[in-house]
Amino acid sequence: MVYPLVDVFVYSFEEGYNSASQTFFGVGLYNYSRVLHDPYFLQALKNTFILVIITVPLSTLIALLISVGLNSITPLKKLYQTVYFLPYVTNTLAVGLVFMILFKKTAYTDGLANLMLAWFGKGPIDFIDGPYWAKMFVLCFYTIWVVMPFKVLILTSALASVNQDYYNAARVDGTSSFRIFRKITLPMISPMIFYLVITGFIGAFKAYSDAVALFGTNLNAAEMNTIVGYVYDKLYGDGGGYPSYASAAAILLFAVVFTITLINLSISRKNVHY
Amino acid sequence: MSNTDYTRIERASRNRKLAVRTVTYILLTFWAVMVLFPYYWMLLTSVKGYGAYNAEYVPAFFTTSPTLENYVSAFREVPLARYFMNTVVFTVATTALMMAVIIPAAFAFARLEFKGRDLVFSLFLALMMIPNELVIITNYQTITGWGLRNSFPGLILPSVTSVFYIYLLRENFAQIPDELYNAAKVDGTTDFKYLTRVMMPICRPTIITIVILKVIECWNSYVWPRLVTDDPNYFLVSGGIQEIRENGFGRENIPAMMAAVVVISVPLIVLFLAFRNKVMAGVSRGGIKG
Repeated sequence: MVYPLVDVFVYSFEEGYNSASQTFFGVGLYNYSRVLHDPYFLQALKNTFILVIITVPLSTLIALLISVGLNSITPLKKLYQTVYFLPYVTNTLAVGLVFMILFKKTAYTDGLANLMLAWFGKGPIDFIDGPYWAKMFVLCFYTIWVVMPFKVLILTSALASVNQDYYNAARVDGTSSFRIFRKITLPMISPMIFYLVITGFIGAFKAYSDAVALFGTNLNAAEMNTIVGYVYDKLYGDGGGYPSYASAAAILLFAVVFTITLINLSISRKNVHY
Repeated sequence: MSNTDYTRIERASRNRKLAVRTVTYILLTFWAVMVLFPYYWMLLTSVKGYGAYNAEYVPAFFTTSPTLENYVSAFREVPLARYFMNTVVFTVATTALMMAVIIPAAFAFARLEFKGRDLVFSLFLALMMIPNELVIITNYQTITGWGLRNSFPGLILPSVTSVFYIYLLRENFAQIPDELYNAAKVDGTTDFKYLTRVMMPICRPTIITIVILKVIECWNSYVWPRLVTDDPNYFLVSGGIQEIRENGFGRENIPAMMAAVVVISVPLIVLFLAFRNKVMAGVSRGGIKG
């Protein structure tokens, strides 16, 4: 049952493994050093970290804002909830194609995003084939768009389940609404926020299909590869056939995610109220 | 304090409330527009003519002469129907097989008494912690070793079981009181009959939730199908979209691409709107994404 884990570990230490003949000539850390010195892997590592650092806090914050707003209204609440949930059920690759068209600058048209930039007097930028930060912006934007439904859903139900008595008591005491939010709402839903932060970190570290949706399957050429993308590229595709490198990269990813989750857990012990 | 003071204070507080409410609605509507806009854009582009679309240097927000020709070419010029059918077959087969696996498994963990049951179940739960990426590497090696690349068994097999759904169902099964089971046993009901006639009807909401979540998951799956298929005859819609983007329609026929995107997005949106509450309840109970 733990076979996959052991198996990948074994692969990652077998040097010079050949898929066709299933042979290898040594055992050691060569695969790891090879992966760690691969510029594509370093690029992927950098991209993934930037993506994680930007999208996780931002998406959680926006989701919190939206959920609080959603919880304070009665008319149209169901409609908004339904609309917000739509991205969850649509194919990531399909909508990614729409985003690509919105942001892409071609010979025929500058695209809609650039039209809007032009309203503010900014020049056209190719967000899909252009400068690095422009591509990263689209990737982060799309990632936030994709993860929002889940976060809003979780936070809305967490907010709705806070006992109303606390609010009534606070109101009788004449507490300001900002104070109510900070001293009652936030502590009450902190376990759920924490849950979202952890799953958000894990999910963002594993980002892959969003990037493919925007920039195509050749992510290395677009400088937009992610760690998971690197793993799959090594496994199969143009640079494929190297399960050992793929395994080594996957183990590295696992180690990173594991460390971050442990850090999260230790931080939460001080700040989360169960 | 005089009466006018009270009215003034009340009016001020009412105005404040109104302002907060207005800002809230503006924010919520803003995000709703952000969410809906890509959908609007894909529908809009899909009904623009090829010539009309390419003539627009500044993209137009509406069209005066909608056309369905893109949908025709989406089915004619690329094997969209095939991608679509593949996905339907894949989704139905995977979901059906998975249900056939997890219902007996959940039943065994919840109802049957056997040695080491709880130990096995804890080990099972521990499996959930192994990241998917590691499992995929092993699965890929196994499936390739068995020569199952570019085949439906190769696509379907790795996803016919799910620890998480077994767990979800087991918890639900375990809530059914023992008295019911004992009564059925006294009447001479077999375990199988008890499972199909008593447990499954009682737990129908959970079963439906699992089916819906699995269907969504299958319909949108991309990573595994991409790894094990390179023959377009076995592409699912995700792979198909990528293929269309890179090679189909001469790459520039964006309205036709959007028509294809609409076609593959509609089934799930319809499913979602039909089972809105079930889907959302299911996801908040245990959906994983992101």
